Order: sequence, then structure tokens, then C-alpha cells
Amino acid sequence: MKLYRRTFLASAATVAAPSIVRAQGDAPIRIGEINSYTAVPAFTVPYRNGWQLAVEHVNAAGGVLGRKIEVVSRDDAGKPADAIRLAGELVNDQKVDLLAGGFLSNVGLAISDFARQDRKLFVAGEPLTDALVWDKGNRYTYRLRPSTYMQAAMLIDDAVKLQAKRWVTVAPNYEYGQSAVKWFKLLLAAKQPGVEFVGEQWPALGKIDAGATVAALAENKPDAIYNVTFGADLTNFVRQGNTRGLFEGKGVVSVLTGEPEYLDPLGNETPTGWIVTGYPVNSVSDPANKAFIDAYMAKYKEQPKMGSVVGYALINAIVAGIKKTGSVDSEKMADGFAGSSFATPFGSADWRAIDHQSTLGTYVGKTALKDGKPVMVDWHYVSGADALPSDAEVKKMRPA
Amino acid sequence: MGFVLVQFLTGLASASSLFLVAAGLTVIFGVTRVVNFAHGSLYMLGAYLGWTILSRLPGGPAWFAGGVVLAGLGIAAVGVLIEVLLLQRIYKAPELLQLLATFGVVLVVQDLVLKLWGPNDLTLSRPPWMRSFVQIAGERMPFYDLLMIGIGPLVLLALWLLFTRTRWGTLVRAATQDREMVAALGVDQRLLFTTVFALGAGLAGIGGALALPDGSANGQMDLTAITDAFVVVVVGGLGSLPGAYLASLLIALLQAFGIVLLPKITLVLVFVVMAVVLVVRPNGLLGRKLTLARGEANTLALVRPAEPALRWLGVAALLLAVWAPWFVGPFALSVMTEMLVAMLFAASLHVMMGPGGMPSFGHAAWFGLGAYGAAFAVKGLALSMPAALVVAPFGAALAALVFGGFVVRLSGVYLAMLTLAFAQIVWAVMFQAVSVTGGDNGILGVWPAGWASNPRVFYWLTLAICVACVLVLRRALYAPFGYALRATRDSALRAEAIGLNAGSLRLVALVIAGAAAGLAGGLAAFSKGSVFPTYISIDRSVDALVMVLLGGVQSMAGPVVGALAYTGLFDMLLMVTDLWRLVLGLSIIALVLVFPQGIAGTTYRLWLRGREA
Repeated sequence: MKLYRRTFLASAATVAAPSIVRAQGDAPIRIGEINSYTAVPAFTVPYRNGWQLAVEHVNAAGGVLGRKIEVVSRDDAGKPADAIRLAGELVNDQKVDLLAGGFLSNVGLAISDFARQDRKLFVAGEPLTDALVWDKGNRYTYRLRPSTYMQAAMLIDDAVKLQAKRWVTVAPNYEYGQSAVKWFKLLLAAKQPGVEFVGEQWPALGKIDAGATVAALAENKPDAIYNVTFGADLTNFVRQGNTRGLFEGKGVVSVLTGEPEYLDPLGNETPTGWIVTGYPVNSVSDPANKAFIDAYMAKYKEQPKMGSVVGYALINAIVAGIKKTGSVDSEKMADGFAGSSFATPFGSADWRAIDHQSTLGTYVGKTALKDGKPVMVDWHYVSGADALPSDAEVKKMRPA
Repeated sequence: MGFVLVQFLTGLASASSLFLVAAGLTVIFGVTRVVNFAHGSLYMLGAYLGWTILSRLPGGPAWFAGGVVLAGLGIAAVGVLIEVLLLQRIYKAPELLQLLATFGVVLVVQDLVLKLWGPNDLTLSRPPWMRSFVQIAGERMPFYDLLMIGIGPLVLLALWLLFTRTRWGTLVRAATQDREMVAALGVDQRLLFTTVFALGAGLAGIGGALALPDGSANGQMDLTAITDAFVVVVVGGLGSLPGAYLASLLIALLQAFGIVLLPKITLVLVFVVMAVVLVVRPNGLLGRKLTLARGEANTLALVRPAEPALRWLGVAALLLAVWAPWFVGPFALSVMTEMLVAMLFAASLHVMMGPGGMPSFGHAAWFGLGAYGAAFAVKGLALSMPAALVVAPFGAALAALVFGGFVVRLSGVYLAMLTLAFAQIVWAVMFQAVSVTGGDNGILGVWPAGWASNPRVFYWLTLAICVACVLVLRRALYAPFGYALRATRDSALRAEAIGLNAGSLRLVALVIAGAAAGLAGGLAAFSKGSVFPTYISIDRSVDALVMVLLGGVQSMAGPVVGALAYTGLFDMLLMVTDLWRLVLGLSIIALVLVFPQGIAGTTYRLWLRGREA
């Protein structure tokens, strides 16, 4: 598809202009950012803080390729169709050099398909679906966060250590929940032959009937529970589970629960000893994390959340890719990003050439209560590179 | 056995929660006939206000009860504000306009809550008594759930006493039957309506606050609550309190046991229940056939073809639209393409709502089926784009034909809710059949054929198809078919008497509307390059409803004007402000107050008045 120059002055005869010729000079590099600001504020507000901080840092350090960076941000209202229209606006009217953002998987996929069609780079931040880089991956799409597969894979070693035989699963009834359960079952069965999945619950997202769900799970008499619910559903689930004693004497493995966005609302009801992925913001002490947390708290007077890390790392990852490419030409960036390394609050990560997934990892640890506040303990960082399937398997899933 | 008992009790507790929200909605509808879309927002506000109050109080049961009642009173006050400032001004407006106004309130409240309480879920720390449990048959049953089991029937009893044993209740029931007579007897109806609305709002507020110990106050609870509440109210029978309780029991118990047998049924269960109940009992479990309260009926003016001046205006707009691609950029063009699709979508709903007299809360079903039909045709059957654009309307029309038979037997809100049930069932199928539809990740790569991939060409194609279809719809409505359809709407009895078959006329209207919406969906699929279950979601159905009501039901130009205005406003606001919900909500409220007959309807009326004078 060709790009059209917007022109009010020119006569009706003006037709296609081959591409936008712009004075490169010192005009800022424009990043078109789309996210579900109104639909998922608990994640996106800290996320916006994160990328704003990163933009400040990058520009204070002189920008990239001698140019400042500038983010043009849009709210997709949680709907893929609106995200596509806004992507068009950002590319055609705002003349952004690349697209970025996304929270919901379907919005991420919609923008990535737009990017493929329009030959524009799209750097996805949060969307977790495996399809984004694997079976629906394309050369213009990169993704930062560890995917659903990776989140499940990171938990497997600890899940095996529980030596539990009878498992039940509870996950929100949509693609993310389904994938998270599917991978966990496959990976666990491979590592621990003889494991049994004796029950499953699929509450509708945001509508969990927690009492009935908890009782139904308990009725399966499991040794261990795998949980994928998050947000408001998780709070309801934990409260009913606590009162009804569902978690007592059982191992629980839970995806994303250690992220402050989802852990904090559990308050003093946080069950202890759940094996979770997340972000132990209270106890990380390495220089990269410290520097980020200090800068964030100085600016926003509150602790960063996982969204903040994603926002911050997203900008760094884009800047590093542009730097390595040496240009903001879409075709060049689509190749050039691969193999570049970028700094994140969690340490350095790379863009993989094979599937455009970043190797940003996350923390795996246990939930605990400290002074009545939920925290993560006994955590360790798992690099994304250690939670991915073999290259051969990736190649099989990803279209050429 | 212990499990069955505990699950049964758990179901009873959920039933009470459902009933508390639904009770307020059914009370308000029963008396004022207002379809209060903002009822979920009142519930959410109740939770947030409850959190603010209860997190400052000591944790004892008495303090808790006091705090909940206080939250209820606070929300009752909010209800009074909404009723006095907004609804009171539009009771005389056409049916369902109040729904549009309360939709504006929903948007405003969402942004207000975000501004006032912040983005994080708010949880109440539970004191020990709330965490305690009772051993029943070897299983733990939360003490708080046992309390909830009692609260539902208690509220039901209290409301029953209020309506049957007090003077106020008697007057309210009288006003429900015959507003003019009550007014003639010197009773201030306004005050009655305001107090009823306050009561309903207060119940929603109490429901929200009582939900806190089991979960959190969060920004999504409004829409979750409103769908559930509507389902309960409709299944129970509009305006019937015992019916609402019975429906709550039915749904909660089916849910509690349903998820044990079929864990994945969660998405669709309540809507299947509603569909079955409405098919078997068209007025809900305990509802009576709705009769218009005297003094409420508004005879509709016959909508005549537009005056020549207006037609020339339409021709001018069309010429401008044809010429537009030469002077607007590609993004503006994509917005205009979207507006055209919205126009056809709204016009198709108008066929049902206006001349057909069949309001639909689930019109997105046909739109979505068209979009999915086109996507399957291209991706699954490898058909060309033109062929897919033929498949889209036929697929949707076929579904409308099959399902329409059940729909057209119903009327009013029951009919609207049955269409919603169908839309939700379709949505759930698309959502859950991941291997065929990709689930919520949708179907990608449905881009236009090579010859139409140029945005201008696709725009012209869309323009040609949408305008042609809207004109055909208009033509049909001025043909004998359209007049016959309107006859069945205005007086079913007389229409039958002169030999019109109301059922089949309405069915044909539904099929035509379904086909047009399906075509709009097919075009949307190609313009966006992808199809998602959001195309069938309640949001999408509400969009259509808002467009038609905003433009004006009783006007042929209404849906066109409404679609252009709403899509334009929404698309623009989304780009320029974070607070787009607040601004959009306030705009809708302002438009409702300024144009009670819809933008096109009111403008046309004013224009006529000027000419007659």
C-alpha cells in the first residue's frame, strides 16, 4: 500500500507521493504509542509513567542518532478496531516513524497485522499472546514482555519441586487463560510423568463466581492448584479460597500474581507460599533496579509497578534498536532491531532475530506477608532466554 | 453430599447479591418505565463510596451495617440528582431516549470514578468475623455468605411491605397503572418518581457496598453488574420483585452447579437461561403483559418522505462525499469509511426500531455474523472479496430468519433482551471456538482485494454500497411493505383486522435489518483487515442503539445523522483527550436534553414549525 501525502492545498489531481520525504535534521523521532488507557487503567497509568520517564532520560542523554524522541500516545478504548484506526492516524497523519504499545492480546495482534500490511514497525510492549511472535508473527512486529508460554515455562521447575500428583487449574475463559493452562499442562507433564490434572475452572473474565469456583475446585481434592486469574477476579478468588480453606496444605502456582498491580490489592489476605511470577519491587537491590526505582519515586512519589517497568523498558528497547539500525526506515529497522541489546530495570536484554521476541525476563518467587503488606520472597530472576523453546520448535511455529 | 449442600448455599448467597442489584432496576422500570442503563454505575459508585466509608470505620458488624446503609443513602442522593437534573426533563420523550441519557451517565461516572478513586482496585480489609466460617456437613461455609443468603429475602420482604402496606406504596402502584388519574387526584407524581428512583439507586448502592467483603471496588464492575441485573429483571418479568428473586435463584444455582459439570459454560450460561425463559414465557417468569400506563402513550406522527429542500441537501452531501478523497488525507478517509459502515449499521437497526417498533439490544449479532461470514469466506473458503461481501449479508440474514421467529413474538424490552441473549450466545461461540475463529485473538489478514486496496477505491466502494443500501431500506419503508409494518407497530390489532400478518411482516423486517447489518459487518471486516468478537459485543450493540436514538427514531434521516455524529464525535474525542468518556457522556446528555426527538427529528420539527408559521 502506498502512502498518501495529506494535502489541502494541492489540486484534485494530486495523486500518490512515493513516500514521505522529511528533513531528517534534528526533528524528533516520533513513536506512535497505542494502549488501553481507559479500559485497563491499573496497568496503563503506571505504564505511561514508565515510558514518560524513559523519554525524559533518553532526551536528557542527547536522544538517538542525534535526534530527540517524541511519543504520540493514543487510547484504544480496549477495542482492536479502534486501535487499527488510530494506528492509521498515527502513521498517516502524525507521520510517526514506528508504532508501539498494546496491552490486550487482540489489540496487539490487530496492530501487528496492520503493521505487516502497512510495512511499518510495531514494537509491542505488554500483549502476552504467543501468536504475536510465533504462529501469527511477522517481520515488522517485535514483542518485549515474556509471553504466555514463557511465563508458564518459568514456573515449571518450582512446580515440579512440589511433587504434587493431582492438579487443578483455574483460568479466565479467554485466549490468554487457555494458552497459559495449555502450556503449563504440556510442560509439567513432560517434566513430571504421571502428573494428573483432575479438574479445571474457567470463570468469565471479570465475572468470577468465586464461592462456587472455589468449592468446585476443592471438590476435586487436588494436591496443587495452578492459577491464571488476575485483577478483580483474583481478589475474589483469594478471599473465598482463604475463608473456605482451599489453599491450606496445597501448593499453588500462579502466573503474574507477584506483579504489584495484582499483588497489592490482595492486602493482608495475600496467601503465603504461592509460587508466582512478578516484580519484587520492595526487595530488589541491584544497581539497575535501584536506579530505576529511585528515579521513578523521585518523579511520581510512588513505587513503580510492573507496568512502569514495561513502559520504561519499551522506550529503551526501541531506542537501542534505532541506534543499532542507524536509521528509522521501516524496512531497515525490521531487520536492524534483531540482535540489538538494551538496558532495562531488570538488566540487559536482547531482541531475538529468530522470532523478534525480547529476552527480557521476570522474577519468580514466593508470596509472603511483611508487616501486613504483600511481598515477594525467595525470588530469583529468570531471563527470557532461558524460558523459550528450542530454535527448531520456534521455526516450526513461525511462518517463514 | 456435603459438597452439594454447600454449593447450594453458595448459590443462594450469589442469588442474594444478584437480587440486590436487580431489585432496584426492576422497581425503577416498573414505575417509571425508564430502562436505567446507569444502574450498574450506581452499583459501582456504591462499592467505591462504601469503601471510602467502611475503610474509615471500625470493623465490627454493627459499624459495617451502618456504613453500608450510609453508602446506600449516599447513592440514593446521587439517584435523586440524576432523576431531577436529567430524567425528569425527558419523561415525555420517545421511548428509550432515557436509555440513551443514562448511557451518557455511565460514561461520565466511569471517568469520575477513575479521577476520584484512582486506577487501582480498592479492597476492604476483612475483620475476623467476615473471614469466619461455619462447618456444614464437613465443608466450610463462609459466615458472610450465610448472612447474604438472609439479606436477599429480607430485602424482598421489606420492599413488598413498602409497596403494599404504606400509603406511598399504594400511590406508586396507582401511578404505575394510571398516571393521569393519580395526577388528577392531586398527587405529585414527580415526587413519587423521584423517590422511586432514589429507592432503586439506594438498593444498587447497598448491593455495591455489600459486594466489598468478597472482592474489590473496581472500574469494571458497572458493566458486569448491569448485564447481570438486566438479565435477572427480564427473566423474572419486568417490574416484578418476586420474579426478580426467583430469577436470581435460578441463575445463581444453575451457575453454581453448571460450572461443576461444564466449567467453560461461564460465558454463555446466563444468556442461554434468558433465551430459554423468554422463548417459553414471553413476559418472563412472573411478568405480566406490559400495558402502557394511561397518560404515557405517545401516538407517533406518520413519518413522511423528506421535503425537496432536504433531499437536495442529501444530494449535496453525497456529491461532497464522492469528491472527498481528492481533498482529505488517508486517515480522514478511513474515518469516513468507518462512518459509512456505521451509517448502514444504524440504518439497519432503525428498520427494526423505528418502523418495526422492535428495539434491539443485540443488533451487533448480525453485524458480527456478517463480519465473521466475510472472514470465513476469504480465509476458509478462499473466496474473493466481492463473493465474501455477498456471503456476509446472506449469512446474517439466514441467522436472522432462523432466530427471528422467536424474537418477533415478543415486544418491547423483552424483545430487545432476547436479541441481546442471541447476540451474547453468538459472541460466546465466536469467543470460545478458538480452533475455528481464533477466539478473542480474532481472524487476521482480511484485507481488501488488490484492486480495492487503495484506500480511495475502498472508500468509494463502501460509499456506493452503503448509500445504495440505505436508499433501498428507505425505499422499502415507503413501499406498501413499510406502511404495513408501521401499521403493525401502531396498532397490531387493527393491522390484523385488515388482514396483515404482523408476525411475518416483522420477521421480514428483521431479516432485512439483519442482512443490511451483516453487509455493514462485512465491509467493516475488510476496512479493518481483521475480525474480533468485539464486533458482536454488547458495546457494539449499544453503539448502534446510541446512533439511532441520537439521530432520532422517528425520522428517516435519524440513523444517518446519528451515525455520523456519534462516530465523528467518538473518533475525534478518542484522539484529543484522555477524558473522552467524560466529554462524550456529557455531550450525549446535552444532546438528549437539547434534541429530545433526536438530532434529525428535533431539527426537522423545528424547521417545519418555522415554515408553517
